[in-house]
Amino acid sequence: MTSVPVVMRRVLYALLPAAAAHTWYFGTGLVINFCVAAIAAMLAEALVLRLRHRPARQSLSDGSALVTAALLVFAIPPLTPWWVPGFGAAMAMLLAKHLYGGLGRNLFNPAMVGYVILLVSFPVEMTQWIPPRMGDLDYEHLGLLANLNYSFTGRLPAELAIDALTRATPLDTVKEGLRGMRTFSELRAGSLFGDFGGRGWEWINNFIAVGGLYLLYRGTIRWHIPVAVLAGILLPATVLYLLDGNRFPSPGFHLFSGAALLGAFFIATDPVSAAESVRGRLIYGASIGVLTYAIRTWGGYPDGLAFAVLLMNAAVPLIDRYTRPRIYGRS
Amino acid sequence: MREFTPDRRVRGGVRIAAHKQTSTRQAIRRGLIPRQLILGLQQHQGSAAIPIVEPGQSVLKGQTIAHSDSLRSADVHASTSGRVRCIEERLIPAAHEVHRSLCIVIDTDGQDQATTTRADWPDDRLERLARIRDAGIVGLGGAVFPTADKLSSHLPCRALIVNAAECEPYISCDDMLMRESAREIVLGAKMLRELLAAEECIIAIEEDKSEAIDAIMQAGRDLEDESIKLAEIPAIYPSGGERQLVELLLGIEVPSTHYPSMHGYICQNVGTVFALQRLVSTGEPLTRRIVTVTGDGIAAPQNVEVLLGTPISELIEFCGGYGNDVSRLVLGGSMMGYALPSDELPITKASNCIIAAASAEVRHDSREWPCIRCGDCGSACPARLLPQELLRAARSRDHPQLSELGLEDCIECGCCDVVCPSHIPLTEEFRRAKYAHARYERQLVFSAESEQRFQRRGQRQQDQARESAEFQDQLKQNLSEDPDARERAIRAAVARARQRREQDEQ
Repeated sequence: MTSVPVVMRRVLYALLPAAAAHTWYFGTGLVINFCVAAIAAMLAEALVLRLRHRPARQSLSDGSALVTAALLVFAIPPLTPWWVPGFGAAMAMLLAKHLYGGLGRNLFNPAMVGYVILLVSFPVEMTQWIPPRMGDLDYEHLGLLANLNYSFTGRLPAELAIDALTRATPLDTVKEGLRGMRTFSELRAGSLFGDFGGRGWEWINNFIAVGGLYLLYRGTIRWHIPVAVLAGILLPATVLYLLDGNRFPSPGFHLFSGAALLGAFFIATDPVSAAESVRGRLIYGASIGVLTYAIRTWGGYPDGLAFAVLLMNAAVPLIDRYTRPRIYGRS
Repeated sequence: MREFTPDRRVRGGVRIAAHKQTSTRQAIRRGLIPRQLILGLQQHQGSAAIPIVEPGQSVLKGQTIAHSDSLRSADVHASTSGRVRCIEERLIPAAHEVHRSLCIVIDTDGQDQATTTRADWPDDRLERLARIRDAGIVGLGGAVFPTADKLSSHLPCRALIVNAAECEPYISCDDMLMRESAREIVLGAKMLRELLAAEECIIAIEEDKSEAIDAIMQAGRDLEDESIKLAEIPAIYPSGGERQLVELLLGIEVPSTHYPSMHGYICQNVGTVFALQRLVSTGEPLTRRIVTVTGDGIAAPQNVEVLLGTPISELIEFCGGYGNDVSRLVLGGSMMGYALPSDELPITKASNCIIAAASAEVRHDSREWPCIRCGDCGSACPARLLPQELLRAARSRDHPQLSELGLEDCIECGCCDVVCPSHIPLTEEFRRAKYAHARYERQLVFSAESEQRFQRRGQRQQDQARESAEFQDQLKQNLSEDPDARERAIRAAVARARQRREQDEQ
């Protein structure tokens, strides 16, 4: 028998393989960030429930705050001060979830609201990505203690500065490179790239897809939104890549770098903020895909999934209004 | 007998555990004569029958004890011989709730003496319908719609569908009836097909009832019948719903405000067909039906042929009594049935199943979470509604929205409750909302009428004022054109007044 906590728990399980891959490629930052975000989310939720005079135990134990925290930390740099995930998770709970009335009533995806608030509030911290293992041969990851030390005190081992540790992400590199009149195949040959996407990223994304397939298999999500999102990204990507492969990155690169798969399987499928009918979900998903591609290609940000999801969240009531299934026996 | 391939795969619905094995292990048991019968005068849809017996009067089995001339009603017969004890209001279980109805209470004498019945079957269609009505036969699937009324349509019948899907969990009375009386059922279907001049006749059975399917096939072979088709339909609840079945078999959607019979699709429950065939071959009216007695709270689950009016307590005793753990008594299946307040209530024409549920069978986890809009309810809804949207509209009493979302089209099958991960009692909410919604719609009609009345009144007043003003204008104009007219008008008025006075004096 399924229930809301069971659904939430399954989503967390489905993220485990990707979390393991993330930890292998980027060090323990994800785990530290998740702990901080989870605590902040639970505290924020407990506070609001207290202010609203609602029983706290059932809402806190439903697991939805943990899912929000988990999705948020996949989107932020692994090596980052503790208040970045903490603030993001608290904002996700306070602004995106409880201002709208709590679980089931939020218009926007809480994790994406948290991420975008972080992106516009702390642009510097949010762009300080470290390279993945094997992305840069001279590079050595910080250990757990050094990582913790940086997170909570901002201090790095003596000889290091943060700028020495960070690198541009694959999406950033490609965006800047193309703007600098370089060709995609040139950029593609760099050490940041692996077999089909960003090195390291491609494997994390593979494991995210595995988790997504598990959710599909368990019936926790349905295929309509993931397929529509991926089609929405891949269709324009393929067409433009075939037209001009030097100016436009390959569809494989779009799929396996950045948040395409995480968005398709875990973020756009959040039922609360998604459209409800089958037709509505196809429209909703495809629009997210196309918008993501458009923002990546012509917008100011290297990845556009969060903005695409939030834009389409706002369009959901409209989509629902016009895609209601025809009732049996009515014309 | 030929096989019929359903036109469509099922849309919506849920696969649920059938719980039918325990009650189908032994044959249908007969022979229960209770000490007392409680026979409600309204065990059917339509108007109540009127008693034609007196307290103290002796009655025989099969004797008419209450009659109605209306087509949308059904006569009531004594189910066994005895003496009328009293005629009074009692609670009886109807299709969806317990209601108060005038009842004839009979003290039985155990002799089971039958009245003489007419064994001949008339040739005339109207006479046949009258006989069916007088036999008190109603739809035994649970809706208890008077059968004669349903069969009396003048529209050409495109298809007669014998509904033997029995998709609700726990209920197995139709299954057992088919296993044991397949021949009568096939004969009954042929008879009905002829009566309706139906283009085709399909017996629809869920595919998991293989013994019933074999029995019907065998009966078809024995009777060398080629006119009736057998459809094995998927065991997905609620495929036995009338509209769902028509759609599943023939791919036809009946408009939501119409009955399937208005489009030439007549569905008859298999138990009803059997009762009709018994009437044709022996002249016996409806005095008994098969009832499934099951659940983990019953000593020996089984199907029993029960005399109508038998108190449920005596039926349970007949099945070995209650087990150690009974937490609820349910009438009907586990999806659309409802809890009974007492086992002193009688079996009626609508009672197909009694479940004595053990505590483990009753869902105890009543913890409810907020709706997370997962949409599983919408996928499961056979009426293709959006239960999650309906819930929101129902809880905020948004009546225009409820109309738009089709609250009235909800068939209360309970599929949405089964799949809801938040454990929201959706069907209960909708049932309650329907009452409030009906009130709202009456209010709408009333206020529309009031508004119209007010507007008409205003219009009339305006018209009057305009007419009198026009008259005055006309008068003034006449006077100004002809100076003598004034004098003449005064004289005419004086003459009229004098005449009136004289008349008054006389």
